[in-house]
Amino acid sequence: MATPVMEAIDQTQSPPQGPPRPNVIYAWLTTVDHKKIGLMYIAYALVFLLVGGVEAVLMRIQLAIPNNHFVSPQVFNQLFTMHGTTMVFFVGMPILFGFGNYLVPLMIGARDMAFPRLNAFSFWISAFAGLLLYFSYFGASGLYAAGSAPDVGWFAYAPLTAKVFSPGHSTDYWTLAVFLSGVGSIGTALNIVTTILCMRCKGMKMSRMPLLPWLYLVMASLVFVAVSPLTAAQIMLTLDRYIGSHFFDTQAGGSAVLWMHFFWIFGHPEVYVLVLPAFAFVNEIVPVFSRKAMFGYPAMVAASVSIGFISLSVWAHHMFTVGLGPVGNTFFVFATMVISVPTGIKIFNWLATIWGGKVIFATPMMFCVGFLFQFLIAGLTGIMLSAAPFDWQLGNSYFVVAHFHYVLVGSILFAIFGAFYYWYPKVTGRMMSETLGKWHFWLFIIGFHLTFDFMHVPGLLGMPRRIYTYEAGRGWESWNLIVSIGAIFQAAGILVFCYNMVRSYYRGKEAGHDPWDAWTLEWSTPSPPPAYNFAIEPTVNSRRPLWDLKHPEDPDSDYE
Amino acid sequence: MMNTSSTIPVAGSSETPWTLPYRGTIGMACLILAEAAIFIIFVVAYIFYIGKSLSGPTPAQVLELPIFGTICLLSSSITVHFASSALRKNNLRGCTAFLAGTVLLGAIFLVTTALEWHHLIYDKGLTIQTNLFGTTYYSLVGLHATHVVVGLIMLTLALLFALTGHLKEEHEKKLEVLSLYWHFVDAVWVVVFLVVYVLGR
Repeated sequence: MATPVMEAIDQTQSPPQGPPRPNVIYAWLTTVDHKKIGLMYIAYALVFLLVGGVEAVLMRIQLAIPNNHFVSPQVFNQLFTMHGTTMVFFVGMPILFGFGNYLVPLMIGARDMAFPRLNAFSFWISAFAGLLLYFSYFGASGLYAAGSAPDVGWFAYAPLTAKVFSPGHSTDYWTLAVFLSGVGSIGTALNIVTTILCMRCKGMKMSRMPLLPWLYLVMASLVFVAVSPLTAAQIMLTLDRYIGSHFFDTQAGGSAVLWMHFFWIFGHPEVYVLVLPAFAFVNEIVPVFSRKAMFGYPAMVAASVSIGFISLSVWAHHMFTVGLGPVGNTFFVFATMVISVPTGIKIFNWLATIWGGKVIFATPMMFCVGFLFQFLIAGLTGIMLSAAPFDWQLGNSYFVVAHFHYVLVGSILFAIFGAFYYWYPKVTGRMMSETLGKWHFWLFIIGFHLTFDFMHVPGLLGMPRRIYTYEAGRGWESWNLIVSIGAIFQAAGILVFCYNMVRSYYRGKEAGHDPWDAWTLEWSTPSPPPAYNFAIEPTVNSRRPLWDLKHPEDPDSDYE
Repeated sequence: MMNTSSTIPVAGSSETPWTLPYRGTIGMACLILAEAAIFIIFVVAYIFYIGKSLSGPTPAQVLELPIFGTICLLSSSITVHFASSALRKNNLRGCTAFLAGTVLLGAIFLVTTALEWHHLIYDKGLTIQTNLFGTTYYSLVGLHATHVVVGLIMLTLALLFALTGHLKEEHEKKLEVLSLYWHFVDAVWVVVFLVVYVLGR
């Protein structure tokens, strides 16, 4: 039986787009379609990105000049707690799950996720968690006033979170929000793993799967072993606060360090949970805009899997200042340094993919080049901090803040922006404006480097994190001013990005099926894809099914 | 750009059979992995706090080996296995009987736990607030008991479906997924037993 591969290309027309009807809201609220849920994840994360961004700008205004009284110390504590919690749990996780939800079934040739209703449940419970966190501003009868947001820091060290030291309910809102978001994350991760293992189209062996689903597989597996401990620790904290148990109660012999272990055994793998999807976007964008197949596919898969495993043994490098003893320190220094090996392999593979390619510097590619550059520097400061004696000097300083923002903003957020420009045509059927995209890129990269390059310096000069103001004359003033000015550029870049998204939706150039001349299955569907994705389930013979289709004289399958 | 007029015959792959694992099994395996991580954290907390309570009572003073409950729970793992293999052979009567046995054995286990807690709370004065032993003991055993309750609810549902004639041979895979969960709950009990009643005493 010979089946024409052309059937992989779906010729179905997209459904007519009429004016909005009253049942549109009902349709979105009750949908179990992986694409709609993915978009809701992304939209919800973008709203929280703006909220978390405003919190960051308020903190930078406060710190721009010494002895400032723009916000009170209490408000400042709430700002950094909410900023951290929001950005990790309600921006990073949902935006990456959103892309995963949208792209994974399309890229493996499936019609939906494995458990569509669980998917909807996971989204709504995560969304509820985010609203719960922010409801604390109105509902948590705290110490100071009727409403009071959590102010215990995003890692909420014990015993500050005990009922005695954090009266009122603001910490309870934090605990419940993080707990529920954990439940949602585990549900979605379960769905992603099952979809990838059980729903791949005919011929798509694991060795032919695009790298994006591969990295999402590693990321989702990591969620089970990383997010679950945090969920367990939140149960313990809730028991402590409500039933009077003593897990983290130092008065009854409980240990504050145990909470640190439980938090960071989540906290460090979480960095890799966030960064692996960013790698996944770069893995898809770099080859297409270099017009070459990915260099070293097996090495990329092996490096991702080994990052997954090694990331489970590095958590206590967040705790060098606790005093783990020589054996503990040596182990965690070594493990932390080892993890830079597979990450280094990835950087070399991306460079080798670009090397000798006909590179097209469209906006997605520009963000990926920014990613490569900044991820390298983030990795280098990471190796510096992994040396315990260096960490003793700079632990909890602005050097650490600058380091992890290089990872979270300079690497992950840049890759996410690249992904927006790359897949926006698939989602909406229209291209994003390249001119506005370049404005966004340059404003954001200038702002990013102003803020986070110069943030390393006050850290080296001894400025601790989480202080709400500082005296003049310590040599920190001009650095902090530059850092705050950078925040303005970044905010301007984000505004251009938002405007670009809205404008392109109405005025953008029609994209067609495959505007980038790409090679993975999602580009064979109409833009936007119909509810069922593929009218006929596709069959693939290589890692680049659309290359085979466009170049029948020289298909990839001949070389695999 | 895209050449939409060519058709290329696909040789080979359409003839080779294409089978992927059952999604229920993989989904349950993922859930078990996540649950195992949660239990590990509670077990670590238990082990970390052994002997660190500032006041009594201690495990050696109050805990007795729950042999009878353990035997019941572990045997229920065998009966649930027989239930799903009976369904695979389309032996509906046997499946119903073994499901009923499983629910009964699980319920007996819960009753023994309840009696033990009643004894500890009212006779020995140990609550979750008493000391670190009480904190870690009730939370770990309670977390396990919660999982037993969830499993029992689902098994009871399966039993009701079987009694009303809604359970058919085609549901065999679903029942197997449920039995996978029940085996996990039993395996966790083995760990809890070893940690709480052997190591901790």
